[in-house]
Amino acid sequence: MCLGIPGEVVEVREDRSDLAKVDVSGVRRVINIGLLEGEEAVGPGDWILIHVGFALSKIDEREAQAALDFLKGIGQDYEDELDALRQSHIE
Amino acid sequence: MRFVDEYRDAEQAEALAAKIADLCEPGRHYKFMEVCGGHTHTIYKHGLEDYLPDNITLVHGPGCPVCVIPMGRVDDAIHIAQQPDVIMTSFGDMMRVPGGTKSFIDSNADGTTIKMVYSPLDALKLAKQRPDQQVVFMAIGFETTTPSTAMTVLRAAEEGVDNFSVFCNHVTIIPAIKAILDSPDLRLDGFLGPGHVSTVIGCRPYEFIARDYHKPLVVAGFEPLDILQSIYMLLRQLNEGRCEVENQYGRVVPWEGNQVALRAISDTMELRPYFEWRGLGFISHSALRMREDYARFDAERAFDLPGVRVADPKACQCGEVLKGVLKPWECKVFGTACTPETPIGTCMVSSEGACAAYYNYGRFERDRVKEATRA
Repeated sequence: MCLGIPGEVVEVREDRSDLAKVDVSGVRRVINIGLLEGEEAVGPGDWILIHVGFALSKIDEREAQAALDFLKGIGQDYEDELDALRQSHIE
Repeated sequence: MRFVDEYRDAEQAEALAAKIADLCEPGRHYKFMEVCGGHTHTIYKHGLEDYLPDNITLVHGPGCPVCVIPMGRVDDAIHIAQQPDVIMTSFGDMMRVPGGTKSFIDSNADGTTIKMVYSPLDALKLAKQRPDQQVVFMAIGFETTTPSTAMTVLRAAEEGVDNFSVFCNHVTIIPAIKAILDSPDLRLDGFLGPGHVSTVIGCRPYEFIARDYHKPLVVAGFEPLDILQSIYMLLRQLNEGRCEVENQYGRVVPWEGNQVALRAISDTMELRPYFEWRGLGFISHSALRMREDYARFDAERAFDLPGVRVADPKACQCGEVLKGVLKPWECKVFGTACTPETPIGTCMVSSEGACAAYYNYGRFERDRVKEATRA
């Protein structure tokens, strides 16, 4: 829950610019990107750090890989987080 | 994994460790607190203490949001869930946290509906799907999760959802650090500042620590080399007679934080006069509640809560662990009566709790990891 998980933006919704489809370790779900409003626009291929359904910051690919590796090292808790994400259907 | 190696390289770790050892004044003992549970996790997993000279002690701080929820609040949440037509929701981490008499999982066995959600937005969606029920979201967490709750409430208001409310338990990290600084139990030489919380609040809120308490703070990333680098930065400040806030995690943390997130929080929530933290007791202005303007989304106003304070079990020493006075393994019930499978205290429930982290990557494991890294 407190873990920031990295995801790669697949597409930003045309009708709702605060929502984006994001790939997190192969799990594709909708994430709210409204908190990144003040930053440069987020688009496909960008990496974001996600906390409970919201992107908190834009990160580079290198940081995303490092964060991902950290999480995989945590093991079960990251699996649980991904399971929770699979149940998520944000709109 | 080329990228990751850069943050993990054993040679670089040894080199940093040597620089750290050079900076330590002989005969002086240094105590640094890592505030965030994520850092605690990295420290144990990679056996970082083994890279440090004996005169540096890392003290684990209160930065695990599940760990600091007092048992009385769990009971209050269960009380709400027991009311007719209520669906209570919360993050998965809360499901096993012991209350005064039971956890959410036990409570569900007795007939309540407490559902795990990934995001407060999922709780809001559930409310829209079930207009005949009251959907309550038990919100917990530091500033990493608070913006999500705030944005969800703003969304509920915009869409006019009237069967959704928040049982707000959000806490703020600064007053907890201040309480630790004011505590006579512990003498600290500096802090490793939390990485993700700082993405939201930025680095400025820590400036009082340097200014008023004359302690350095370095906001740190989560990789092993980030942490060693941050310890090096703390020591360098002390050596040069400086006390400042520095940002080692600049690749993620902006100095000014996330303004959109801060605005969403201040639009919907305000500080409580005081709030009880497990282990740390009552801390003034340390938690948030819904503002009057958003009273209709406030479960605390909608439901009459028992609000009974529950003392921790006598055997449990989570309080001392959270304050950094005791190491996890010094607790009387660590690893015997209290394990991740049958937790007595919250520090053993969440993976970011110091006890669970130490239990999972105990001494034997640390030596093994260290040897593997060096091989």
